[in-house]
Amino acid sequence: MDVLYFAWVRERIGLPRETVETDANTVAGLVEQLRAREDRYAAAFSDVSALRVAVDQELSDFDASLDGVREVAFFPPMTGG
Amino acid sequence: MRIVVSEAAFDFGAEAADFATGRTDMGAIVTFTGVVRDTGTDALEAMEIEHYPGMTETALADIAERATARWSLGDVLVIHRYGRLVPGEMIMMVATAARHRRDAFEAAEYLMDYLKSRAPFWKREITAEGSGWVVARDEDEKALDRW
Repeated sequence: MDVLYFAWVRERIGLPRETVETDANTVAGLVEQLRAREDRYAAAFSDVSALRVAVDQELSDFDASLDGVREVAFFPPMTGG
Repeated sequence: MRIVVSEAAFDFGAEAADFATGRTDMGAIVTFTGVVRDTGTDALEAMEIEHYPGMTETALADIAERATARWSLGDVLVIHRYGRLVPGEMIMMVATAARHRRDAFEAAEYLMDYLKSRAPFWKREITAEGSGWVVARDEDEKALDRW
């Protein structure tokens, strides 16, 4: 699936998007796998309470299922308006 | 309903006039415009706004549809820019048309509250001293409780 990063999450990881092969069932499972990859991922995901997640471009939760999902995005709380 | 997500500047006067013109059934038009403001201790040189192409348009349309379902509205306009903006530039605008002003005002406030914390935009402030991401304020999240 495609995994996207925005704002400081993108800066910490060092890329805006990547394709990830995962057998994780939930967003939280995917986060665990990403965290284990490298320090920059561990740094970006050190406190998930500071992060928001969108699943297939809809705001979602970390316990959301990844079944059939094509795109997951991680970012800090939004500052629009 | 019209949703515009654009890097280019918009003409507030022309947009407001276009939105307000030609209606005979709407007694109230409310517009709100957000402007890049310099309030920090270091002079703000620019604001860079990042967004999530695809999700942004869907999220804005969803917020506008919720407002339309909740209040009696004739029309809704949302324009939001991204990219680099300098102080004094308009970031975004919303406009609502309703038969009566209460619906138009409340729907505009609702749109603004949700735009702040549920539309995928992230602001970065650039000053002579450096740059930093704008941190979401607790008050903005709490503002949603009102609805």
